Amino acid sequence: MQKYWKEVVKITEFSVQKYMRSLRQPFCPGCGLFSLTHAFLKAVYELGYENLSKFVFCSGIGCSSWIPSPYFMADSIHTLHGRSIPVATSIKLLRPDLNVVVFGGDGDIVGIGLNHFIHAARRNTDILVIMGNNMVYGMTGGQVAPTTPLKTRTTTTPYGSFEYPLDAAKLAAVAGASYSARWTTAHPKELKEALKKAIGLDGFRFIEVITQCPTAFGRKAGFRNVGEMLKWFKDSAVLVQQADKMDQEELEGKIVIGEFVERKRATLVENVYAIMKEAQRNGK
Amino acid sequence: MHEDEEKTYFWSGNEACAEAAIIAGCRFFAGYPISPANEIAELMAKKLPKANGIFMQMEDELASIGAVMGASWCGVKAMTATSGPGFSLMQETIGWGFMTETPCVIVDVQRLGPGTGQATKCGQGDVMQARWGTHSDYMAIVLSPNSVQETFELTIRAFNLSEKYRTPVILLTDETIAHVRERITVPKKERIEIIDRKKPTPKDRRFFGLEDIAPMPAVGEGFNVAVTASTHNEYGIRFTADPLIHRRLVENINNKIRKNASEIEDVERYNVEDCQVGVVSYGCTSRGVYEAIKEVEKRGVKIGHIRLKTLWPFPEKAVRDLAKNSEKIIVPEMNLGQIFYEVKRVACNVDVVPVNKIGGGELITPEEIFAKILEGGSQDN
Amino acid sequence: MVNRIEIRIAGHGGQGVVLAGQILGKAAVYDGKNALQTQSYGSEARGSSAKSEVIISDHRINFPAVRKCDILIAMNQEALDKNLVALKEKAILIVDSTNVHEIPQTKVRVFKVPATEVAQKTFGKSLYANMVILGALAKITQIVSTKALERVIRESVPPETMEANLKAYKKGLQLSNGSVLQGPN
Repeated sequence: MQKYWKEVVKITEFSVQKYMRSLRQPFCPGCGLFSLTHAFLKAVYELGYENLSKFVFCSGIGCSSWIPSPYFMADSIHTLHGRSIPVATSIKLLRPDLNVVVFGGDGDIVGIGLNHFIHAARRNTDILVIMGNNMVYGMTGGQVAPTTPLKTRTTTTPYGSFEYPLDAAKLAAVAGASYSARWTTAHPKELKEALKKAIGLDGFRFIEVITQCPTAFGRKAGFRNVGEMLKWFKDSAVLVQQADKMDQEELEGKIVIGEFVERKRATLVENVYAIMKEAQRNGK
Repeated sequence: MHEDEEKTYFWSGNEACAEAAIIAGCRFFAGYPISPANEIAELMAKKLPKANGIFMQMEDELASIGAVMGASWCGVKAMTATSGPGFSLMQETIGWGFMTETPCVIVDVQRLGPGTGQATKCGQGDVMQARWGTHSDYMAIVLSPNSVQETFELTIRAFNLSEKYRTPVILLTDETIAHVRERITVPKKERIEIIDRKKPTPKDRRFFGLEDIAPMPAVGEGFNVAVTASTHNEYGIRFTADPLIHRRLVENINNKIRKNASEIEDVERYNVEDCQVGVVSYGCTSRGVYEAIKEVEKRGVKIGHIRLKTLWPFPEKAVRDLAKNSEKIIVPEMNLGQIFYEVKRVACNVDVVPVNKIGGGELITPEEIFAKILEGGSQDN
Repeated sequence: MVNRIEIRIAGHGGQGVVLAGQILGKAAVYDGKNALQTQSYGSEARGSSAKSEVIISDHRINFPAVRKCDILIAMNQEALDKNLVALKEKAILIVDSTNVHEIPQTKVRVFKVPATEVAQKTFGKSLYANMVILGALAKITQIVSTKALERVIRESVPPETMEANLKAYKKGLQLSNGSVLQGPN
């Protein structure tokens, strides 16, 4: 039981262990989700949170969903494939005092769960959604995902993918998110800063993290090691401000990074409680 | 509504369901529009904000039931209401609820399927889906009211059972009972029993799969609760391969219902001890049975009746009692035979005769039941 | 004591037959009786057939549908033609004589109430015909008290139309006092 609860251990320096159960995350060697975990917890640390008691984590099914559940020493709800956002929605509505953070992969958030993603952005639901985008269904062995680049070989596109990938960060911005950004695991500092910023903002916040899956994506797609994948992220990354000036052809194969939107408008929690007050004031 | 006095109303079943939910302590409702369940959502949308509760119309049924589960983990009693197609969509998450032992109430106002079928017409075809709708091994509690008054009572009971046994409970009503308006008496508040889930003490750490029903923390209470519908130990830690942990967890979540079945099962018994012919009925169909029995008794035939208020766990003992004396048992249902097979399984030495009717929402009439009761000879099914 | 009086109000969508049924049932409950009310529509939202059934009894009401009517209110010709076969031998038939012109030979007692015409003349709207009919029904059959009916109408209609609804209902009460009443024809 000790490894599940270690309230007595006090770590003052930053270490991911400060916020985690004494269990090892089950990711493959070289997986980008280790970096994402680190970036998130470092952001939490730098914001001054001594522990995760002010957070609730919701996740679905897929590798990214295992980031918080059950490894974070926090309340974590591991939901079904694609359903983390609805669960997070009611939790935030009933406990507006808590930071509700969703971790999920690209298949989870914008494949099977896309409907909820768009509607949460539309409602400006007060949750932070962090999507680890490895461009593939990793846990099930590397099948094509809605985020897989055109012509990529996966286990279900043995001759190359024939579909265009979805731009989730752009979609969130268009659908009404308060904040939407995309970074890669090759940009750890920027990612951490974006996470810090997003935790502090209100409304629907979305951070897409392009992350390497050397096992299920890299091998089939023709990358020999993790280094090659990180180099790919770095070399093809284009800041969104630059990308705005580029045409379709120039953008081919590029990864657009940066902040896609930051805006202020009333959030779902604010709107729901305002209407509740209204209902209680007006008799019938 | 003044809660300190008994009051009489003229409500529909759906109205009674929503009113009862509020009285039972429901403070969160999420749903998606579907006939013939809409009135429940509409009334909850009106009532919840005044009761400091939250109503959300979600983008689909998957989101609705997901939000209900999230609400329950905030320590809030939560409900959704739907009909066959929506109920189908919710099944995966209902299974999540069984595995994570999440109390909540799902109302299925039955209509005619499969598929879109006849969307506004009454049927009783979801009986087996309510029991077996999600994959693998679990035991569902399913209640079936046959009047507006009973819709009120069983809605409250559904919440109580779900809180007591930490499990999703399904209130399986039908279009007829949902839309019929009847006289209903709401008892004084102190006469309504309300059960709340067992909360953990600060030292508790074991929240899942215990032999006794485990206490349930809420998020934000400092318990660092890890909730997962993957196989987990009593601390909520995932074990995706260990055979013993899986066996123990799933057996315990089944046993907590199985071992308490006699308390959960509820039937209306009529003349069971002294009858030649038996009838097993439930929901709207039972209303015609009462009238048929009156007519049959005028002919000197002794008739016994078991009316199932709990459909699942199936009240085997009551049906067995009925089978002791009966030469045959009639099972009328507005489907092509569902509870019929359960009765046949339990009353294996008796001639079990189905009366089935589907289409257009037409009820099985007292005359049709009457005819089957008096019909001689054995039926081959 | 009344033992299961089965009433059917039939017409087309927009004539308020459902509301009339709900008001009638609720009034019976206020009178301390048991009541049950159901409704059904055609597949289109408006203009198609609409039907509301009410069962009133001093005893428990079991089967929740009307099979043979003790009272039939036909708001138009089609409603009458369709439901004539469903009348019990000693039934009461009330027709909106504005819309019903042909009443086939029948042994039941028939009451002709020009409900739509009265509503048109008084309010310029046929909308209140259902209230006129309710008034006539109360007077003819006395299955519910006028006190309960009036109370339910007050509770059931929007405040801005309450006066008109009550006036229409009272017109109905008076109408059935007069010469438009007909015995067996």
